[in-house]
Parts: sequence; structure tokens; C-alpha cells
Amino acid sequence: MSVTTASSAGIYSKAGSLSRERRWAMWTAYASLILAAIIFLAPPVYMFITSLKSSGEIANMQGNPWLVRSPTLENYSALLGNGMFLRFFVNSAIVTVLVVAITMVISVLAAFALARMRFFGSQALATGVFLTYLVPDTLLFIPLYQIVGGLGLLNSIWGLVLVYPTLTVPFCTWIMIGYFASIPKELDEAALIDGASWSQMLLKIFVPVAMPGIIAATIFAFTVSWAAFVYPTAFVTTPDQMPLTIGIVSQLVRADTFAWGQIMAGALLAALPPVVIYAFLMDYYIAGLTAGATKG
Amino acid sequence: MPADTLTAGRTPATHAPGSGSLQRFARRRSTIAFLMTLPLLAVIVGLVAYPAGYGIYLSTLNRTMVRNIGFGNYEILFDTDTFWSVAWQSCIFAITAVLLKALIGFWLAHMLHHIPAKGQRKWRGMLLVPWVIPPALSTLGWWWMFDPTYSSINYVLSIFAVPAVPWLGEPIWARIAVIMVNVWYGAPFFMIMYLAAIKSVPEQLYEAAAIDGANGWQRLRYVTLPMMANIISITVLFSLIVTFANYDIVRVLTNGGPRDLTHVFASYAFQVGILSGNIPRGAAVSLFMLPILAVCAFFVLRGVTRRNKEQM
Amino acid sequence: MAQVSLRKLVKAYEGNVQAVKGIDLEIADHEFVVLVGPSGCGKSTTLRMIAGLEEITGGDVAIGGTVVNDIPPRDRDIAMVFQNYALYPHMSVFENMAFGLTLRKFPKDEIKRRVDNAARILDIVPLLERKPKALSGGQRQRVAMGRAIVRDPKVFLFDEPLSNLDAKLRVQMRTEIKKVHQTVRTTTVYVTHDQVEAMTLADRVVVMNHGVIEQVGPPQELYHHPATRFVAGFIGSPAMNFIPGRLEGDAHGLRLVLGSGVILPVPPERTARYAPHAARPVLLGIRPEHLTDKKPTDKRNIADFPATPEVIEPMGMETLVHFRIDGHEISARLDPACPVAVGEPITLAADMDQMHIIDPETDKVL
Repeated sequence: MSVTTASSAGIYSKAGSLSRERRWAMWTAYASLILAAIIFLAPPVYMFITSLKSSGEIANMQGNPWLVRSPTLENYSALLGNGMFLRFFVNSAIVTVLVVAITMVISVLAAFALARMRFFGSQALATGVFLTYLVPDTLLFIPLYQIVGGLGLLNSIWGLVLVYPTLTVPFCTWIMIGYFASIPKELDEAALIDGASWSQMLLKIFVPVAMPGIIAATIFAFTVSWAAFVYPTAFVTTPDQMPLTIGIVSQLVRADTFAWGQIMAGALLAALPPVVIYAFLMDYYIAGLTAGATKG
Repeated sequence: MPADTLTAGRTPATHAPGSGSLQRFARRRSTIAFLMTLPLLAVIVGLVAYPAGYGIYLSTLNRTMVRNIGFGNYEILFDTDTFWSVAWQSCIFAITAVLLKALIGFWLAHMLHHIPAKGQRKWRGMLLVPWVIPPALSTLGWWWMFDPTYSSINYVLSIFAVPAVPWLGEPIWARIAVIMVNVWYGAPFFMIMYLAAIKSVPEQLYEAAAIDGANGWQRLRYVTLPMMANIISITVLFSLIVTFANYDIVRVLTNGGPRDLTHVFASYAFQVGILSGNIPRGAAVSLFMLPILAVCAFFVLRGVTRRNKEQM
Repeated sequence: MAQVSLRKLVKAYEGNVQAVKGIDLEIADHEFVVLVGPSGCGKSTTLRMIAGLEEITGGDVAIGGTVVNDIPPRDRDIAMVFQNYALYPHMSVFENMAFGLTLRKFPKDEIKRRVDNAARILDIVPLLERKPKALSGGQRQRVAMGRAIVRDPKVFLFDEPLSNLDAKLRVQMRTEIKKVHQTVRTTTVYVTHDQVEAMTLADRVVVMNHGVIEQVGPPQELYHHPATRFVAGFIGSPAMNFIPGRLEGDAHGLRLVLGSGVILPVPPERTARYAPHAARPVLLGIRPEHLTDKKPTDKRNIADFPATPEVIEPMGMETLVHFRIDGHEISARLDPACPVAVGEPITLAADMDQMHIIDPETDKVL
């Protein structure tokens, strides 16, 4: 056996070392990823660690902040027993559910019309959708503050339901146009010959076929409305109408004695819904994220 | 021979009832289409276009909003040092943060692409977490990590014998802290975008380049980058808009302090317009973002249309 | 009763581009008509106007004696099979086939009866619960046909239904379509760019080019008696050879003189037909299968034809030989037993009874 290997080595001399090069590349890759993962996950992990500490332990400010000496759930139980925090949660839920529903109805209808029925100005409108998607919320919150105030909707979740669609509708319409446009035209012609009306074509063909797109857009609308910060900060100052984001930032963080444990527990609980959705529907979530760039 | 098709049994033709209904069908189609886009139009016109115009009008009023003072608000702003520091801080913040996000995102996307496909999903899932948490909430965590007396970051640094950093106390460190948090939040988004772009480059192209004698760097330079140029530029420009207009991180982390030195346009507009109650001047501050955003938007749109043309 | 009539049918797009330039066609009940032509000849546009998917610019489409110009597709009582099948991806095979009937509010048991019947005709009964994604190309094709059959419409419209299948399956499905038509006997308009498909399927073939009908007729007639140079070149594979030459006459009759000096006698019974064109440049059209190796035969009008092979393609049952005359590429079909070699001159036999003479000015076959 050893004889044969020796003789073959004599004929074929080994040139270069592909495997070593590859191993090196792999090591760099894993080292970078591990470093990135540590940095990316440190803040949420530290938030979680803090949320398990008692106020006394935090006030002590001694030793390694990354360790918990006597873990406790008292922060969580205090929050869940706190009517105000639950109020924030309910407000966020109401606003988000309504905004997602409104957004999806508006954008699916509009995307269907824009993708399939050419009409006067449809091209300009599609461009307009993209343009409004580029307008950031911080550009318009002052005039909107005046408008919402004029309607008497300041300090009300209904004011938020009114203005949140500016955050969600343009992007959702845009990705739905992309999904609808990718459905082969023969499919609607077949439906037309089969005798479908426009509404039947939309509900029985387009919506089911574009379901992945609809899920991605819904997730997008959900995460955006859940995380919205500028509008509620500007429009809502009474605690009982606040959604979670501004509620935690303005109400839990007050006075000089910060209840850090509770703040962190609150922030984590508030971040839970989008994180859970992300964990279970990661592929749709990412499809929605990248659709904007790859489709448009 | 074609002639016999002409003569072959002409059946008595009766016109179908309701002639012109196909045209009516087409006309009804555009009416339906218009009705279907009406809610969208209402959102765009009522909640974006009208407020934009109204914002411009607002910015020409005096503080009590009873008198039109033309460009008075803008003139006053030009004369204050704070405004100029806000303008500088906004630009430095946006450009530095976007550059870092783009570089880190690109690097990580590349590293992710290199590891075996089986593990990619898991790593990708982990690395996108910063993007998933609402930024206002994760910034709270950072705020606590930057705490002047019990900073967990300084604790880690002290292990490596680095002296404690006054994160949010010193202007320069506060500015760095704001950028750090923004990069932490946004880099995963770039990573995902680039990863999608890298994946869309056909594998044969790399194989052909490898056989043509390109090394790893050359493959990156001559295959990956040109193929990704569009996505990179659109993502960068888009992120530039969003970062430039950022509000939540500054609001939670520093609230503009120390000494108004970390204010960006959005947070300063909020401070002036809502908190100090000078709506017109606040509107003027936020409108200063418009020309810069418009330039970005122009390039994004141009990129989009060019991409669309190439794909046709 | 479901004949289809097209009268002066015109389709013009913006900018006055005419895709269909006023065609007339009568399709009888139960007839299988194939529209064939190169891409852009207007055949698909014509079909889509019959379906109602394309607006009619001028003229009439009548189905079963009723002008349907202004009737939307769903009320025309037609069914269509698309090139990419256009199966609804989220519905099972059964639901796909039942969709048109469900929308028309047919009773459930009637839908089931019809779908089962169509599935039996098409041999797809075991597939009824599957989604289109889980089907092969040929199976999808069957489902698409099933969707048309269950509707029991006045007319079937096929738009290049076999182009997405591989060669072997295409032949198989071709037979299948013919079998189905023989069973259900529904009037059928079928569009293809493949002349073999047209020849094998059609009762009558309609050859279209540049938005007009070049010729209509049964497949054999088109093959043997093409009316124009276009039809002569389009029907038949490999395509007919065209060689420029002159008709020259003397006391013994007419001769065809090719540029290279080859002289071919014109059969006496055609002399009268070609006489007016004597001493004028013409185009000889002869199919490769009528340009063969020399062998004993009882055919009378055989002429010698010199050739020097440039490329030889053995096909098994025959050998294709390509050569040039006067710079024009010519092909001939030889017996595989015939010894040929590249560059070695041979003499071929041209069957002059099967040749065509074309007027190069009008492109009409004389």
C-alpha cells in the first residue's frame, strides 16, 4: 500500500494547496460571524440580564454587570400587574391591527389595478407610490401634527390609525405591484374566459396566488406600525392613549430613579410580537425586506 | 384558392344584443381601476402631498401663526449657531453611519455566503435580530449600556485595560455613541440586501471567472461588485434618506444633548416645533431635509428606472 | 351549430401598425382548423380576437351565426388552452377544471360528472386531487385541455399548446389532441408556428404571413399545390429548394435553364401552363424529397441533376446531402445505401412532376 502511494506521488506532484486556502477562508468567515453575532446580540442579551435583576441589585452597581446574582421575575410580574403598561399594549395592538387591515385592503386593491388594468395616469401613480415611499416620517410630522390637531385627534389612538398608513401603504403597494406583475398574464385571460369578473379574479386568483407577497407585506405593515415612534411621540401625550414604544420611553423612564430592570423588561416584552413573528415567518419577513430593492 | 374562403356559406349574421358592450367593458374596467386606486390616492394626496404643501406654508408663518413672514424663519435659523451645528451633525451622522453600515453589511454578507449553505439560515436569523427589535426599544438597552456609572461596555473595556469612556457625557463620544447604535441597528439590513444580491449572481459566472484565472479579490472586483452595483447604490441611497431623517435613536439616547450637539434635523425640529411650541420654525427645520432628500431620491429613482430598463 | 366566421377582420395597434390586415375565413361546425405561420404573422392576434382577449379594430367575428365583437370573453362560450397552460397554481386539478363551471353556478353533481368524464377522456383520473406544481408538462397540458372540455363550449381555441413540451412529448400530445377532437367533435381553432403540427392535426390549414392569409386548404393540398412561394417554403421539412433560372422554349417544348448551366426539361403536360412565361426569369421550387439518388423507376419526367456534396447528414432512414448551385444552398434526400462523400460529384434525379415554378415578381406559384 505504502509503495503504491509513494510511486503515485512520484508521478503526480501536488501543486498548491486548495484545501488550506479554503480552510483559511472558512476560519475568517466564522470568526467574523461569531464576532458580529456577539456584538449584534449583546444589547438584547444585556437587556434580558438586567430585566432579571432586582432594583436593589442594580442600585448596588458593583461587580460584573453582565452577571445576575439573584435572578428574579419581579420586574415582569410588576409590569404585567401594571394597568398602564397593559393599556400601552392594548393600544399598540388596536392601532397595529387596524392599520395592517387598512393597509392591506388599500394596497392590494391599488396594486391589482396598477399591475393589471392600464388606465389614464396609472404609470404616474405607480411612480408616485414609490416617491411617497421615499418620504420619511420626520419630514411631515409637524404639518401632520397641525392637521391631526385640526381634526381633534391629538392624544387619541384614532389619530395614529389615520396617519400610520403613510408609513405602510406605499411600500406594501409597491411590493404587491411586484408580486402581481409576476403572475403570468395568461392566468387572468384563462380566468376571463372561465367567466370570472374583476372581483372574482382578484379574490379567487390573484390573492391566493400572491399569498407569499401578501404575507410579506402584512408582516412589513405589522412591524412598521408596531415600531412607529415619531408620530406617537408627537401626537400623543396622555399616557392612556400611548402605544408601547413611546409609553415605555416616556412613562417608565421618569424622574431620577430609573427602574432599569422594569424598563428593560418592558422593552423586551414590547419587542416580543415582532420578534416572534420574525422567528416563525423569517423567510416571508426577509422576502418582504428584500422585495423593495430587488423588485424596484 | 384563398378566394373560396370568401364564398363559403355565409351564415345569416345577427348582431348580438347590447353591441358596444366590449368597449363599455373596457371603459368600465378603467373606471373600476380608478375606484380601486382611490383609497391609495387619498393616502398619497391627503396624508403626504397636502401635508408637504401645508408644511411649506406653515414654515412661512410667525410663531403665533397669524402673520406671514416669508422666509423669516429660515433667516432666523441661518443666524443661530445651533442650527448650523444640527446641519453638520446630521450630515456627519448620516454619512458615517451609512458608510459603516454598508461596509459591515457587505463584509458580513460575504462571510455568510462563504460558509456552507446548511448553516447560513441559522446565522442569518441571528444576525438580523437588531433590525427586528423596534429601534426605540433597543436604544433603551444601549442607553443603559452607556450608563455613566454602571456601563456594561466600559466594564468589558476595563478587562482589556481600556479606561472608562464618558459615553453620553462628552459631545464627541455622544456623537460616536449615536452612530454606533445606528450602525448596530442598520448593518443587518445591508447584510440581508447584499446577501440577496450575491445569491442572485449565477454560480457559473464565478466558475467562468475562476477558469479565466481570476483570484478571489478579482472575482469580487470584476464579477460580484458590478453585478451588485445597482442594489448597492439603491440600498445606500435609500439608507441615506432614512438615516438622515432618523429620530428615535437620538431622542432616546441623548435627546439632543449634551448642549444640543447631537441633535439632527428631525430631533431639532421636534424640539423647536412640538416641545417649544414654535410650529412654523419647526416646520422650517424639517423642510431643510427636503433638498438633500430630493437629491437622494432623484438618484434612487434614476437607479430604479435604469434597472428596470436593463431587465426588459 | 358553431361555425366561426371572420369577415374583413382587422387588428391595428397604436401607430397604425396592422397586425391583422382584413382576413376572411369560414370555419365549419366540428372542423379542426390550424392557423400556422412564422412569429409575428398575426395568427395569435387572430385567435385572441376570436377569444375576445383582444379588441377588434375592424370587421366581424361571428360564432354560431352571432357577431360577438362586443361580447366579453366569458359570454362567448369558448374555451382556450394556453401555451404555458395557465393553470391556477393554488387549485387542485379538479378545482382547476371545475372553476369555469363553478363561476357559472352549475350544480355540484353536474360539475363532478363533467370533470370525471373529461378526466376519463384525458386519462388523468388519478391526478384530480393534485396541485399543478406536482404534475409533469404533459399532465399539465392534459389538465389545460380538460378545463376546456368540461365547459362543453361552442369552440376550442388552442394557442401554441405544445411549444413548452419536449420533442417526444409533443408528438405524443399531438396524437392525444387529435384523439380528443375525434371524441368531442368541437369546432377547434389551433394556432402554431410548427408546420408539422399543422399538417398532422388539421382538417384545413390556414397559412398566414404578415397579417394576411396566404392559403387555406387541406394539408395534402398545401403540400402538393402551394399557392405562393411563402407557402411552398413554409410547408414541408426540410424546406423546399429555390433555384433561379429561365424558362426557354423551342419546338420540342419548354426547358428550365439554371444559372449554372443545368438544363431541366419541363413535363409536356405543363407546357401550356408555363408558355406565357417563356424567356423570363423564374424560380424553380423543388422539395429535397424530389431530389434523390438515381434508381430505376417508372416515373417519366426524371431529369439529371449534378451535385457536389458539401455536408452530409445521415438521418438513419435517409441521408440529407447539402450542396450549392450557383451559390444557392440546395438539399436532397438520398437513400442511406447510396454511397456519397464530401467533395465527390454525383448525379441526382430531379422528379420534374413534383417541381413548382414561381414568378419571382409576384411570388405566386404558376
